[in-house]
Amino acid sequence: MGEDYILEVRNLTKDFPGVRALDQVDFKVKRGEIHCLVGENGAGKSTLMNVVSGVFPKGEYEGEVFFNGVETNYKSTKDSENAGLSIIHQELTLSPYLPIYENLFLGHMKTRFGVIDWDTCLKESYPLLKRVGLLESPETIVSKMSVGKQQLVEIARAISQNAELIIFDEPTSSLNDEESQNLLNLLKEFKKEGITCIMISHKLDEVLYVADSITILRDGLSVVSLDLSKQKVTEQEIIKGMVGRELKNLFPQKEPQIGDVVFEVKNWTVYHPDYHTMKIIDDASFFVKKGEIVSFCGPMGAGRTEMMMSIFGGSYGYGASGEIILNGEKVTFKSPKDAIEKGVGYVSEDRKTLGLILIQDVKTNITNSSLKKISKRGVLNKDLELSEANHYKEALQIKTPSLEQLVRNLSGGNQQKVVLSRALMADPDVFIVDEPTRGIDVGAKYEIYSILNEMVKQGKSVIVVSSELTEAISMSDRIYVMNEGKIKGVIPGEEATQEGILQMALIG
Amino acid sequence: MQLENANIEQLSFAELIKQNIRKLSMFIMLGLILLVFAFLTNGVNLTPRNITNIFIQNSYILILAVGMVLVIIIGNIDLSVGSVIAFSGAISAMIYNLGLGLIPTLLLSLVIGGLIGCFQAFWIAYMKIPAFITTLAGMLLFRGLTYIITSVTPISLRDDGFKQIASGSLQIKGFTIGSMDGFSLLVMVLAIVLLAVFTIRQRNQKLKKGFSVLPFHFSIYKIVALSALIIFVFTRFAMYRGIPTVGLVLFITTALFMFLTNNTVIGRYIYAVGGNAKSAKLSGINTERVIFTTHVIMGVLCGLSGVVFTAYMNSALPQAGDKFELDAIASCYIGGAAASGGIGTIIGAITGGLVMGVINNGMSLMNIGADWQYVVKSSILLLAVFYDIWSRKKSGLG
Repeated sequence: MGEDYILEVRNLTKDFPGVRALDQVDFKVKRGEIHCLVGENGAGKSTLMNVVSGVFPKGEYEGEVFFNGVETNYKSTKDSENAGLSIIHQELTLSPYLPIYENLFLGHMKTRFGVIDWDTCLKESYPLLKRVGLLESPETIVSKMSVGKQQLVEIARAISQNAELIIFDEPTSSLNDEESQNLLNLLKEFKKEGITCIMISHKLDEVLYVADSITILRDGLSVVSLDLSKQKVTEQEIIKGMVGRELKNLFPQKEPQIGDVVFEVKNWTVYHPDYHTMKIIDDASFFVKKGEIVSFCGPMGAGRTEMMMSIFGGSYGYGASGEIILNGEKVTFKSPKDAIEKGVGYVSEDRKTLGLILIQDVKTNITNSSLKKISKRGVLNKDLELSEANHYKEALQIKTPSLEQLVRNLSGGNQQKVVLSRALMADPDVFIVDEPTRGIDVGAKYEIYSILNEMVKQGKSVIVVSSELTEAISMSDRIYVMNEGKIKGVIPGEEATQEGILQMALIG
Repeated sequence: MQLENANIEQLSFAELIKQNIRKLSMFIMLGLILLVFAFLTNGVNLTPRNITNIFIQNSYILILAVGMVLVIIIGNIDLSVGSVIAFSGAISAMIYNLGLGLIPTLLLSLVIGGLIGCFQAFWIAYMKIPAFITTLAGMLLFRGLTYIITSVTPISLRDDGFKQIASGSLQIKGFTIGSMDGFSLLVMVLAIVLLAVFTIRQRNQKLKKGFSVLPFHFSIYKIVALSALIIFVFTRFAMYRGIPTVGLVLFITTALFMFLTNNTVIGRYIYAVGGNAKSAKLSGINTERVIFTTHVIMGVLCGLSGVVFTAYMNSALPQAGDKFELDAIASCYIGGAAASGGIGTIIGAITGGLVMGVINNGMSLMNIGADWQYVVKSSILLLAVFYDIWSRKKSGLG
């Protein structure tokens, strides 16, 4: 054998209707290492992990999977968990209204004579939470905690089942920098304890920080496996492996032509939708000029999304107060419909639940905001609809077999382009995009940036809420820094540094 | 024609069927059920008289199913329809007995249905009370009100005029061809000609605008298949009493709402709200108004259905419409609507309603009692929905 592999995948092929997701993939993970799996969206990373963890039972794929030297025959994830293999999904799978300790033991409670022994469960939850570094009472209701903490509960759940191998599917995608760092350090702790980890990630700096080995997938093929103990690897090399070519510039160039102030918000204050005395946004004021890209940065929970949504027709919060000035006139937005009609567009950070209608096709999703434009007296002009939708498909290079394809079948980057198309077709003057590149791959990110650049070139104004500081710094003319519901300050794009932004958010 | 090949999709007939098998499956199911009962009843269920009866006996459920499928598409449900039918039917009978004509009575009944719809829609759309609860309350409320205004006794109608809505026929006196009704055959020919003209014109327009279309012979298949259906139904009508009036009511309702769902902004909004209400709201759709409108439409159609049922029974019964909501809901699900909302079609609901109707009718012809009818209908409902979910999963749609 030579090497001790905890997981070995040989010649794995998995087909979905019309698509080959994995094509004769080989994948080996050494015991006790941190193995990162990278690749563009749609490269097959999640599918591979779903096969390994039994989401797709044997028979639905071709090829062999060995765990601890034994060929697996899982019928469901329950089987793989029992064998010592846990997966932490991107979407959390906790039951939101139950306390931490009940979630920890959900499905495998400690019982005595068939009756759940909650006291034992509670007692045993303390050391588990300590191990993952979660400083909360086990009786805390899960939904009251941040996503980062909820994720720690999931991890604690995995180790409570004596997992030998834990798979993390983009674990830091909804965490802030500090939480991400803690998580990565936790992975290193696990390594010391002999637990093997596989991490799927788009964030290459994080990958290089923790990885012992890296496997790159591209279009369902395993392109290359890198052993970092034997060779040095740079981000550029990984990107080259992912996209099959070298991406010199991660951000497109732009020549800003900035005009007067078009959109201004003054003294904006919003309260929590359920707890009416809790201030979520506290006296925030900002403005955007014509042709300008302005970013909002800050840690998770700083209130950036909440502020944008409350401005966008009161889509969040309670008792919003303050002034909105659009093109020199004081306006109020009674509803999202009202805001769109007055020339403000918003694209949510959560494209699956707040952006798209997944069960509808590409065309319908693109035109849903602008049906008035393609109809007369309430009757649709379907030919016009088709050509308008096609226009955006071409302009934004949406990769889809047809306009009738359901959006749920598109990759994340293409879904994002569909949401952007919908907002673009409504023709806003001020365009608010919330985390436009979350969970999408490097190539698609570049295309999204180009779209935003094109918008400001046409004299529109773009507001970007971004958690990726490098993105905000490279793309923006100005950066507003927020924390705890307040605007802490503003930095011109060319002067901004990651350290400067963090300092302003946390200290300044 | 050869030069335009660039815009013609290369697709074999088998592939076309395969791609559309989910859409076609319910029609196939309806055809199979008709054939099974034709075999079991020695063809009695396909006689002109019986085919006409199937339409008349199911018309009020089919009208309800049209409204119900809209409600189901927005992700709601309406349990009150049976009671609302009884209520609007009773009021329409009372109005008619006051001496009002047929058309004013019908219109007033639609208005009453619409007002009831407004009442329930207000609680659902603006007060955010779940439709299930609101219409459960409505089901009890309107049954109670019906008992109060009728004093729990049937209201008979002043003359046979009202009955014509259900059992009357559209005929021109003395216009017969052989032993068949001439008007039915005339309509039949007209329908086929219009079908052919529109199908071909639509295809040509698409070609002209540069959209891709299917090869020409597929248009011919479509015309032939639909014409066969039209000929079958209309010759049955012609050999019995002509086109039933209620058939016209049903046709207008179906055509109107097919147009509404496929070609109008409000139709799109209904699908968008059902597909993802939060996303629809953020897309700038007034979701409350869409929900409100949908429930009002349901109310209006209850008013219509109430008139048709009263006409069918030739009196307004206090217990009219009992369990109609279940038949209407089942029709939608058999016709491919999704319980989670966002998916469903008018033609599907109509086909689903006909499946239930043909089963009821066939089993009655075989003298099988209501007990076994329930058992068979429930199995069909479960199997149809199971097939729908299974095939959707298999084709990666759900």
